[in-house]
Amino acid sequence: MSAPDTVLSVAILIGLVLLGIAFLLTVYRVIKGPTLPDRVVALDMLVGIVIGFIGVIAIRTGFTLYIDIAISLGLVGFLATVAFARFILARGRDGSSEGAPAAAEAAPAERAGGRAKAKAKAKPAPPAAGKGRKA
Amino acid sequence: MDMLFALATAALILSGSAFALIAAIGLNRLPDIYTRMHAASKAGTVGSGLMLLAVGVHSGDLATLARALAGFFFFILTAPVSAHLLAKAAHQVGYSLSPRSVCDEMSDYEKRI
Repeated sequence: MSAPDTVLSVAILIGLVLLGIAFLLTVYRVIKGPTLPDRVVALDMLVGIVIGFIGVIAIRTGFTLYIDIAISLGLVGFLATVAFARFILARGRDGSSEGAPAAAEAAPAERAGGRAKAKAKAKPAPPAAGKGRKA
Repeated sequence: MDMLFALATAALILSGSAFALIAAIGLNRLPDIYTRMHAASKAGTVGSGLMLLAVGVHSGDLATLARALAGFFFFILTAPVSAHLLAKAAHQVGYSLSPRSVCDEMSDYEKRI
């Protein structure tokens, strides 16, 4: 075993250990995470760590084809996070179905802020999306 | 020359995994969603990107290096988008900041628009 191979295998070993610790810490956050967005952030991070694992395995085995797999996994992770963000927006705070009656709750909100009424008429969607759930 | 490539690859692997570990520690130590997002989406992205660069440098092949660079570019392009969407959704739905945070400039966001 030549010197470059030794350097590389030691680095791969240390890298795998560090990534494994990071993986376990992130899994702990997924399990524990008090709210849904915490878990989504941790899952996003998990995808990044798995991409790191794929890179190390690609170097170790010499198959550079793995890099394409890593890129497509990154794409899937991005789409999953975007979909989760939309889901959080639709689900509301605590899983109580606040997505549907948001439009109904916007009416008292408009009455409360009288001068905001003109603006609310011009742009009805954003106050309806946020105002009712904030309270 | 081989030694040079091996050293560069080893440095990229070690720094990438260190970034990933720091991101994971930040994910566990920081107090609320928004600060955790800051750890995960910056340090985590750089960690996985450096791993891809390590593969590209190790192969010594220009096509593979170009793919690795494209992947890195893609990651640093998409990570802020997904983090921003997630933070905006969480804030709009009403997940609160940590009690220790001093300023929420989005607190009257609905009133201003």
